[in-house]
Amino acid sequence: MSFVPDFFGQALNGLSYGVLLFLLSVGLTLIFGMLDVVNLAHGSFYMLGAYAGLATIAVTGNYWLAMLVAPVAVGGIGALLERACLRPLYRRSPLDQVLLTFGFIYLFEDLVKWIWGGRIRSIPPPEAFSGSVQFFGATVPSYRLFVIVFGLVMAVALWLLIERTRLGAIIRAGVFDAEMTAGVGVNIDLVFTGVFAFGAALGGLSGVIAGPIQSASPPMGAGILIPALIVVVVGGLGSLKGSLVGSLIIGQAETFGKAWLPGASMVIIYVVMALVVLLRPQGLFGRALK
Amino acid sequence: MIVRLLGVGALVAAAAVFPAVAGAYPVKLLQEILVWGVFAMSLDLLLGYAGMVSFGHSAFFGIGGYVAALALKQSPHALSALVLPALVAALAALVIGFFSIRVSGVYFIMLTLAFSQMFYAYAFQVAWLGAEDGIIGVPRPRLLGLDLANRTVFHLYLVVLVALAALVLWRVVRSPFGHVLRGIQENEGRMEAVGYAVQRYKLLAFVIAGTVAGVAGSLYTQFVGSITPDAFFWTTSGEALLMVIIGGTGTLWGAVLGAAAFILLQSLVSSYTERWMLILGLTFILFVLFAPGGIVGALRGRVGRRA
Repeated sequence: MSFVPDFFGQALNGLSYGVLLFLLSVGLTLIFGMLDVVNLAHGSFYMLGAYAGLATIAVTGNYWLAMLVAPVAVGGIGALLERACLRPLYRRSPLDQVLLTFGFIYLFEDLVKWIWGGRIRSIPPPEAFSGSVQFFGATVPSYRLFVIVFGLVMAVALWLLIERTRLGAIIRAGVFDAEMTAGVGVNIDLVFTGVFAFGAALGGLSGVIAGPIQSASPPMGAGILIPALIVVVVGGLGSLKGSLVGSLIIGQAETFGKAWLPGASMVIIYVVMALVVLLRPQGLFGRALK
Repeated sequence: MIVRLLGVGALVAAAAVFPAVAGAYPVKLLQEILVWGVFAMSLDLLLGYAGMVSFGHSAFFGIGGYVAALALKQSPHALSALVLPALVAALAALVIGFFSIRVSGVYFIMLTLAFSQMFYAYAFQVAWLGAEDGIIGVPRPRLLGLDLANRTVFHLYLVVLVALAALVLWRVVRSPFGHVLRGIQENEGRMEAVGYAVQRYKLLAFVIAGTVAGVAGSLYTQFVGSITPDAFFWTTSGEALLMVIIGGTGTLWGAVLGAAAFILLQSLVSSYTERWMLILGLTFILFVLFAPGGIVGALRGRVGRRA
C-alpha cells in the first residue's frame, strides 16, 4: 500500500475513533466537573448503549430508532443510579463514590451477559451507509465518514448548548462552583441528576454508534473506560474543549501507533497521559487545580 | 495484648495444620487467600493509613511475579524466589512513587493507573516475557535444603512468609512512622505545617507497600506455577481494592478478611451459578453504601462510618 492512501485511511480511522471517545468523554468530564465524581461506570454506559441499540434493531430493524432509544434508555439508568446510589454519598469522601461506580462495572457487565450472552455481536450499519467510498485513494467505509460528521456536528451542538444557552450557563456555573450556584437559586439537585443522566445518555449514544465499527461484547465497557479517562485527564477535567482535543489526540495516537509502531502502540497513550499529569496536571485546557 | 498475640498465634497455627484436616481443594483456597491477603494488606498500607488511593498497585504484584518467574527458571533458589522480586519491586516503587506522589487525589489515581497499564501493555507485547501467554512452567524453589515442590512443605513455607509479611506491615503501622502516615491521611497540610517531610513519608510508604506487593506477586507465581500479563492489568488492582474495602480499610487484618470473603464467595457462588460478577458487584455496592467500614467496621458495630 502506498503512503498517501494509507496515511489518509489511518487518519480517518483515528478520527472516527477520536469522535467516539469524544462523545464518551464529554459525559465523563462534565460529571467530574460538576459532581466531583470519577464515574468508573461510564464505560458501562457505552456498553449498555450498544446493547440497547442491538435490542432496538432486533425488534424494529431500524438503526436510526436505535440511535434514539439507546441514549434515552441509558440516560434513564444514569438518572436512577445518581438518585438512588450516588446522592447518599455526596457527604462522604469522594473515594466512596469512585468505589461505588467501580462496583457498577461488575454489575452492568454481568447483567448484560445474563440477558444477551457473552459472545461478540455485530451491529449492522444503517442501509444508507453500508458501502464504502474512495477518499484520497483510500477505501473508507462510508459509515465511518458518517460517524465523523455526526460527531463533529454533536461537538458544535454541545458547544452551543453549553456556551450559548441559559441551561449551559447553569452547567458551567455548577462546574465552577456548585455551592454558589445553589446559593443563587438554582435547583442544583435537579441539575446534578440532569448532568449525570445527560452524560450517561451521551455514553449510550457513543456505544450504539460504535456498534457497527467495533461490535458489541460485555467487556467492551471496561475496555473503553481507560482511554476515555485518559482523554479526560489529558484534556483537562471538566473542560469540553479539552475533551474534544484530547479525544482527537488519543484517537490518532492509538490508531497510528497500532499501524506504525505495533510494538509500542499500547504504551504510547499511557506515556502521553503520564507526561501530561506530571508536566501540566490540570490538563491541556483545564483550569488550575482547585 | 497477650490475648491478641495468642489469638494471632492460634490462627497461624491453624492455617499451618489446615492441610492435615482438609482436602486438596480447601487447602488451595486457603493458599489463594493467603497470597491475595498479603497483596491486599500492602494496598491497605497506602489506602487505609497514608490515604493514597492507588489504582496501579498491580504493577508491583506483576513485577514480583514476572521477576520470580524469570529467575526461578534460571535457578530455583530462595534468592530468585524472594530476594530478587522484592528488590526489583522496591526499585520500581521508588521510581513510580517518585513521580506519582507529586500529585494527589484523582491525579494520583490516574498516574498510578497509567504506570501499571504501561507494564501491562509491555508484558502483553514483548516476546521475552512470553507476550500474552506469559511465563508458564515455573519450578518451585529449594530453600534451606527443603524442596518446595512438596505440597506440605510449600504450604508451611507460604504460611510462614505470609505471617512474616503481616508482622512487618503491622510493625510499620504501629511505629511512629505509621502514626505520621495516619496524620497525613487525616490532614496532609497540617502535618506539613508542623514540620514533617510529608513527601518523604509518602514515598517510603509507597516503596514499602510496593515491596510487599512484589513478594505477594512472587508467591502467586510460585503458587500457580505461571504468570500472565493479567497480573499487571488494572482490574488486578481493582480486585485488591475490593478486598480491602469489603474487609475494612486501615486495619490490615481487614484486608485479609476481605481477601478471604472475596475468594470464598467467588468459589461458593461459582459452584452454584455463573452470576459471580453480578453478586460481587452487588455485594460491593451494598458495602460501600451501607457498611463503609467493611466487615471489620460492621464487627466493631460502627456501621455507616469508615473504620
